[in-house]
Amino acid sequence: MDIKQNIKTLIVEKPLKLDCGQTISNFPLAYETYGSLNNEKDNAILVFHALTGDQFVTGINPVTKKDGWWSYAVGSGKSIDTDKYFVICANVIGGCMGSFGPSHENPKTKKIYGTDFPVITINDMVNAQINLLDFFGIKKLFSVVGGSMGGMQVLQFISNYPDKAKTAIPIACTSSHSAQNIAFNELGRQAIAADHNWSDGNYNSKNIVPDKGLAVARMAAHITYLSKKGLQEKFGRKLQERDDLKFGFDADFQIESYLRYQGSVFVDRFDANSYLYITRAMDYFDLVKQFNGNLSDAFKNTKAKFFIISFTSDWLYPTQENKDIVIALNAVGANVGFVEIKSDKGHDSFLLNVPDFLKALKNFLDKSYAEKHL
Amino acid sequence: MKPEYKIISDLIEKDAKVLDVGCDDGTLMEFLKTNKNANIRGIEISKEKVQICIAKGLTVIEGNAEFDLKQFPNDSFEYVVLGQTLQAFINPETVIRELLRVGNKAIVTIPNFGHWKVRLNLLFKGTMPITNSLPHDWYNTPNIHMCTIKDFVRFSEIINFKIFKSLALINENVSDINNSNLIFKNLFGELGIFLIEK
Repeated sequence: MDIKQNIKTLIVEKPLKLDCGQTISNFPLAYETYGSLNNEKDNAILVFHALTGDQFVTGINPVTKKDGWWSYAVGSGKSIDTDKYFVICANVIGGCMGSFGPSHENPKTKKIYGTDFPVITINDMVNAQINLLDFFGIKKLFSVVGGSMGGMQVLQFISNYPDKAKTAIPIACTSSHSAQNIAFNELGRQAIAADHNWSDGNYNSKNIVPDKGLAVARMAAHITYLSKKGLQEKFGRKLQERDDLKFGFDADFQIESYLRYQGSVFVDRFDANSYLYITRAMDYFDLVKQFNGNLSDAFKNTKAKFFIISFTSDWLYPTQENKDIVIALNAVGANVGFVEIKSDKGHDSFLLNVPDFLKALKNFLDKSYAEKHL
Repeated sequence: MKPEYKIISDLIEKDAKVLDVGCDDGTLMEFLKTNKNANIRGIEISKEKVQICIAKGLTVIEGNAEFDLKQFPNDSFEYVVLGQTLQAFINPETVIRELLRVGNKAIVTIPNFGHWKVRLNLLFKGTMPITNSLPHDWYNTPNIHMCTIKDFVRFSEIINFKIFKSLALINENVSDINNSNLIFKNLFGELGIFLIEK
């Protein structure tokens, strides 16, 4: 990992009781902001990132030197218009871009936490980030927005803080991680654990990284973010820089080469233990169970205006799971809109240039912002 | 804007909570929002139309009224509007029951298949009628369950719902339908507008 320069950090002094029972305090929460907070402080949007995202939503990520993960959606004149809105995004706790996570040193033992880091949940992530509102003096956010795990945080945020956001946009997510979701995450975790370098999570002290295992985890997960049709159209059976099959196990096919590349660049920017912790948090997410089987109860106290978005080719968090959230909201008479965007780009659609999605997001935000009486 | 929107608006009380089923591009929703300060939601099957509604700042759920009304609890709305789409459903009876379960009252408008032009069209041409309000050929029409004003009145007796108010639209003029003028309205009404209750 690079030295974390250019990272803004809020030290959260207030103790936070985690779902696992442990209490943390004086922990770092790394964040970034875009645009400016207006005088009324009513133009703030809290963006939640997904599994492998970070606080660097748009522009050039100062650590990876690559475009921010949501550059298509966030920026000047874009769907989440930074000329208009004050965008805040924090690295989730458990993450590896400056927020309190398993690569931090345990002050008691003076050793890197590794797997001694407490298991965190989506609820814990959200409860850590609420401190940003006090920090910026924001009484009520204009919106909370996020896709995938970011969407789960949106749902948890509204459930925990029903009057802290005027609008909420959960995108391509679920209210309860499915067996299939857990299965894929477990595959990733086992790939990391099977790498000898992982050393039961203590690789930091040995100055090694379980890069092979982490790369396999990323490769497997990456497949779940794409659709069969999208893969077929982009790669088909095209060969990688060769005219014929080589009768060996090098990357003959372009798709193989592509996945290997995705795996290799991922290990440069992501911590293997963070991957374990964050996937665990997703697996533990079950807002339905948290409300004893009635998801509607999670939203019964909120006046927030919801906009739920799903994608036709997303088989990881399919439309029906998003619609279940719509149904739960309708059951308590919440103000909820819903659209399923046609796209062949799979779960990743929300991160990509999908014009219908970007248009819907922009229109919802701008029209809601114009309704001052909300 | 369709001429019946003003009539529908007149049937709705101020500040009411309204669901527009098959809300199209949200024109009626906007009209009711402006004129009646209605707390209005829409449900629409076309993705393109949903996008148009979002661009207008309207709260719309993409969905199929035949299957997706069941997500709303009983009496979620004071009024549920179904504009000129009853004839397109596989099971109009279920839809009517769902409208009246979800809403206290429902406003249903139907293109009248008993209109004289339709009758003459079939009588003289001997082919399925094509008119301004029914522009499709028989093989590509979404309208699989056409009915007349008289049919709808009879339907209320068959499946047992109350017609609270029935109006006919003739040359953009609205008039009441009653037992004594039903035959006349069924011949000249282009559109039937019904305020119904359980």
